[in-house]
This record gives sequence, structure tokens and C-alpha cells, in this order.
Amino acid sequence: MEKRVVFRSAWLPYALVAPQIAITVIFFFWPAAQAVWYSFQLQDAFGLKTQFVGLQNFFHLFNDPLYLDSFRITAIFSILVAGGGIAIALLLAVMADRVVHAAVGYKTLLIWPYAVAPAIAGVLYSFLFAPSIGIVTYVLKGLGIDWNWIINGRQAMLLVVMAAVWNQISYNFLFFLAGLQSIPKSLLEAAAIDGAGPGRRFWTIVFPLLSPTTFFLLVVNIVFAFFGTFGIIDATTQGGPGTSTLILVYKVYHDGVKAADLGGSSAQSVILMFIVIVLTVMQFRFVERKVNY
Amino acid sequence: MNRLYSSLMRVALVAAVAAGSVSAQAQVEIQWWHSMGGALGEKLNSLATQFNESQKEYKIVPTYKGQYPESLTAAIAAFRAGNAPHLLQVFEVGTATMMAAKGAVVPVATVMKNAKEPFDPKAYLPAVSGYYTDMQGNMLSFPFNSSTVMFYINKDAFKKAGLDPNKAPRTWKELLAAAEKLKASGQECVYTTSWPSWMHIENFSAWHNVPIGTKQNGMGGLDTVFTINSPLHVRHITMLADMSKKGLFTYAGRTNQGDAKFSSGECAMFSGSAGAQAGIKKAAKFDWSINFIPYHDDVPGAPQNSIIGGASLWVMGGKGAAEYKGVAKFLAFLSQPEVQMDWHTSTGYVPITQAAYDLTRKSGFYDKNPGADMPVKQLTNKPPTANSKGLRFGNFVQGRTVIEEELENAFSGKKEPKAALDDAVRRGNEILRQFEAANK
Repeated sequence: MEKRVVFRSAWLPYALVAPQIAITVIFFFWPAAQAVWYSFQLQDAFGLKTQFVGLQNFFHLFNDPLYLDSFRITAIFSILVAGGGIAIALLLAVMADRVVHAAVGYKTLLIWPYAVAPAIAGVLYSFLFAPSIGIVTYVLKGLGIDWNWIINGRQAMLLVVMAAVWNQISYNFLFFLAGLQSIPKSLLEAAAIDGAGPGRRFWTIVFPLLSPTTFFLLVVNIVFAFFGTFGIIDATTQGGPGTSTLILVYKVYHDGVKAADLGGSSAQSVILMFIVIVLTVMQFRFVERKVNY
Repeated sequence: MNRLYSSLMRVALVAAVAAGSVSAQAQVEIQWWHSMGGALGEKLNSLATQFNESQKEYKIVPTYKGQYPESLTAAIAAFRAGNAPHLLQVFEVGTATMMAAKGAVVPVATVMKNAKEPFDPKAYLPAVSGYYTDMQGNMLSFPFNSSTVMFYINKDAFKKAGLDPNKAPRTWKELLAAAEKLKASGQECVYTTSWPSWMHIENFSAWHNVPIGTKQNGMGGLDTVFTINSPLHVRHITMLADMSKKGLFTYAGRTNQGDAKFSSGECAMFSGSAGAQAGIKKAAKFDWSINFIPYHDDVPGAPQNSIIGGASLWVMGGKGAAEYKGVAKFLAFLSQPEVQMDWHTSTGYVPITQAAYDLTRKSGFYDKNPGADMPVKQLTNKPPTANSKGLRFGNFVQGRTVIEEELENAFSGKKEPKAALDDAVRRGNEILRQFEAANK
């Protein structure tokens, strides 16, 4: 038997979804369409002269070894941010879930960093780790570590990954905690009676039951790493040293906003859009099959 | 419905009356977008107030629009929407972008001529006006705040290392010798620099009279190519990379991060903007001096003259004749020697006219502030050549980023200096070709 609610009015359902559709069209489809249109053009900064150049902007990009390298950098960065953020948040959530005393206090503290905007997180980290005046730098120096991300590419990458992970942990933590609390206690108790230790209970019961949450967070975190981390990069390394932390979205910003190269920047954002579409479809197609809802 | 209608009518009526009263007074407003924050912004506002109080016809309205790239972006967006300001402060690397935008800007020379305001391009220091003048000799934008790169030393650190604090290194050879001694005396950071591309590529080339690019550093045409991988450039960057390896050179970053490393006493020698003086004066707890930038003494003709940085004012297109008249009057006001001297002595930017320089010297300012005239002396060290007039490369915001990325690759040892500079030229030329194609 099919459960279906049918509107009697012909226009009411359309009227109800209209605001949502309008917002999507105006703020998402329209700019996206414009980006696609600009990506086929060559324009001067003031838009006085516009030429249609077909796929030339794209050819330029794919002939640039550094642009191709930017994919590698973005992949490393996204995997580290999503993987690190999810793993640490899961650990913290499992710990926080066990706490009995002052649980609310701990949880609130763990959620706090999410209130910090990525750009501010970037500034905080760049101060803490500043090559000559940072507190952490001072401690590292005491440990015999020469910390200077201004010139050391690996340290720069580490810095932006740390700032991004720190910023994203709270969000992940919140979802994991909610996920953990919705796991029926009876399952865990039954397993405990059967003699399963905490580790085994986690890997055979908790982790599989959390898989929808993990899957959701994977998608969200990768999108965050691709787009949301822009502020962190801008406030710290600005893509340097060299091009060590030049992720795709930062190059889009630099070329489009700072350097006024609209065609090249639009072509890059079209590619970025395409990548995220493919990634999301892939995640829903392949990863989702293995998820137990 | 009726009530709404009548209140709408009332609003319209009030608006009409208000508009009428404004036009009766007929004060022409001139929008000026700039990037001068903090103390510099206050000084700029006081210039506008001074002009506004000196006459009744025109009113300059200065608006801070963020840092240089941000205000340029804002103005481009405003132009596309038909709301560009009358005057826009644009940093020197944006010069080619503005110049190519025919129709978006009006050359300053034209504005002055149409308004019949007195204007003599020869009154300006050639090292300053040359940067903003086209091949036919027309001044395109109005030089406003100009600085150049200088070399600073910490005299106390020199004393401690057993060096003569009154003899700052004049050549790179002397600098290297001093660096070794400073290092031996326990100085952790020996030499650092702000603005690496501006100092070690752009000014380095002008100071040694070698080209940065063909076609007179891009001033002679859009079909220019970079020449910064010459043997001399490679030699200089190799030297810096070696110094970096030996701990004699500490890289600080792409903008003015070096300033704080010097003024805090961390680094003993430093190349930075002449504009850094004000900050050092305030922060430094040691004795210091400002000097000419070092040169390689075996290069014939060196030292030549250094080139400017900073910004100029561009007049945007599409405005009315009355508004341009006001712009011209304001620019004439800004070029007065007294106004120039006030701006120069209170900000540390160089005076842009010979008259203002002479006036400041006569006032005794340089006797009371030793070193304050070093930037002008360095800019006018010799009459500028085709290599030292300035530079004009399309999309140089991107171009400079490319140069800085490659310099970082060389300093960190990721690439050989020669390979890094070859890559900078190759990548830079791609940007130039793109700009050429977009502005044919």
C-alpha cells in the first residue's frame, strides 16, 4: 500500500517550495552559470574588452604543471584534514560519552572551537606558531626543533592542517556524540555479557552503527577542506612557501580577486565544481552501499 | 491603500525639496578611494579637510577601501556597475592594469589640461614621474605616496660584533664579511628582508642597471618578456640561498614581515621600505641607521638609482566636466610644495617634486632627522636609464607572486637558484602573454 499525501490545490505545493527554489537559483545556479560563461572568455580587468576563447583557459590550466601539482596538494590537504578531523573527533566523542561527572562542561568546551571562524583560527595558529615570537615555536626550540613554516613547506602544510582540523573537530564531535547516544545500550550490554571487551564492542557494534554519521561527516569534511579552509590559508601561508600550500580554492581567489584574471579564475572554479560533484556522487554511489543505516 | 499612497507622496515631496536645496548649493562631491590605514589615513583625511576648507565649490570625500589589492578590486567592481569613484589610489604593481584600461581611466595630464590647471610634469622627480608616464611623455596618474627600498643596520649589534657602527656595508662583499662577524658574535638572525621581489629582483635590477624585462621593463609595449634569469640575477639569488643555508639570511615572508624582525632587534641588518622608518623609530630600543642598499661592486655602472614603490592616484572615466575640474583643483592643491613637505615629513614617503625636496631641506628637517633624505638621494643617485625608470608588467600582482614563489623555492633549497629563476621567467611570461591577449 502506497502512503502518499496529495495536495488538493494545483499551485500550493509550488508556492511552498518557491522560496527555496528561488534562493537556490539566485545564489547557486546563477553564479555557477556565470562562472561557466566567464570560463570561456578572456577579459581585461575592467570588463572593457571581452573575447570568446572557447576552451583556451582550460588548455592553459592543464598545460601548467603547477596547476596539476595543486591537485596533489589539495588531495593531501583534504585527506589529512578530513581523516584527522574525523579520527580525533571520534576519539574525543567516545571519551566524552563515558564521562559521568561534569559531562556537560566537557562537552561544551569541546564544542567551543566551532564558534571560531576559520580565518580567526588561522590567525590564532599563525600567532602561536609564529617563527620568531610564537609561544609554541619557543617550546619547540627548547626541544631542538627548528620551526619556521615561512620557508619550510612541510611545516607550513602541517600548520594549516592543524588549524583546519582544530576548527572542524567540534562539528564532527557533536555528530559523533549524538550518534553514540542513539546506540541502544542493550546491544552493548548483551555483548559485554557474552564476554566482548571494550575494544571489540567498539569495532563490532559501535563503529558499524556510527557508519552513517561517519559517512556524512566524510562528505562534509571533504567539502570543508576544499572550500571552507580558504580563510585559514589566507590568514597564514597564503599558499606559500613556494606553492606548498596552494590549494585549488585559494588559487581561484588569488587569480580572480587579487589578480583580476576573471577567465582563468572562472575556469578553475568550474573545474573545482566538477570535482566536488564527482566526489559527492562517488561517495553516495560507492561508499554509501557499505554503510549500515 | 489610500494612506500608503499619501505617505508615499509625502516622501517623494520631501525628497524633491531636499534634492532642490542640494543643487542650490551646488557643491560638487568628489569620491576618493584609498588604502591608507591608521596614522597615514588620518593624515590623508586632514589633506582632504584642508582642501575642503580652502574653497566652497568642491568637496573631497575620502573613503578607506581596505588594502591596495582590495580597493583596486572594489573599484573594478564599482566600475563594472557604473559607480566608480573619481579618484582611486592604486599601488605601483597595478599600474599596467590601469593603463591598459582605456576608457576606464583619464590620464592626469589630460584632466589638468582640460581644466586649465597649471601642470608641469618636469617639476616631479624623474624617478617618481617616470614610473607613471607613458612613452609619449604624458603623465598618466598622479604620484601620491612613493617610497623606495633602503638598507638598515642595528648599530648596537655592530658594536657588539666588533664592527664599526658608523660604517654600514656598502657592497654585498662587505655585507657578507659583516654577516660572518655578526654571526660569530652570537647574533641569531643576521640579515633579513621585506618585500623580496621588490628588493631582490626589481630594485636589484635597477640598482645594477640591468633590465627586469625587455621593451624598457615593459614600458615600451605589451609584448615584453622577463629577463630576470640573467647571470647577475642568478648570482645574486645563489648568494642569498647560500647565506640562507649558512644561517646568515633569515627569510621573513613576502610582505613587510621583515620590519618587525629588525625593529625587535632579532635581525641585525635588513632591507625594507623607506616607509618602515616610522615604525622602527617607535619600536627600536637600539641605535640604528638607514643606508643605501648594497650593490655588487664588480658590476659596471652600479650603483645606478633605485625605483619607487607605493601608490599613485588615478582619475576614473565617465564623469562630468565639473567633477573633473574639481579633481584637477585638488591635484593642483596636492602638488604645492608646502602640502608635499607636510606629507613627506609626517609620513616618511619621499617628496615627489623637486620644489618640495628643496623646501624641506631649507626648513632644516634633514639636519634634525639625519637619514630622512637618504631615500630621495638614492632615487636620484643618477639620472634614470631605461632599466631604472620603473617597470610596467601586465597582471604584475600575479607576476610578483610567481617571482616570490620561485624565490622561496630557491631560498628553501627546493630548487637550484638558476632553475627557480628560469621557472619564474617562464611562468611570468605566460602571465604577460595572457595580459597581452586580453588587452589587444
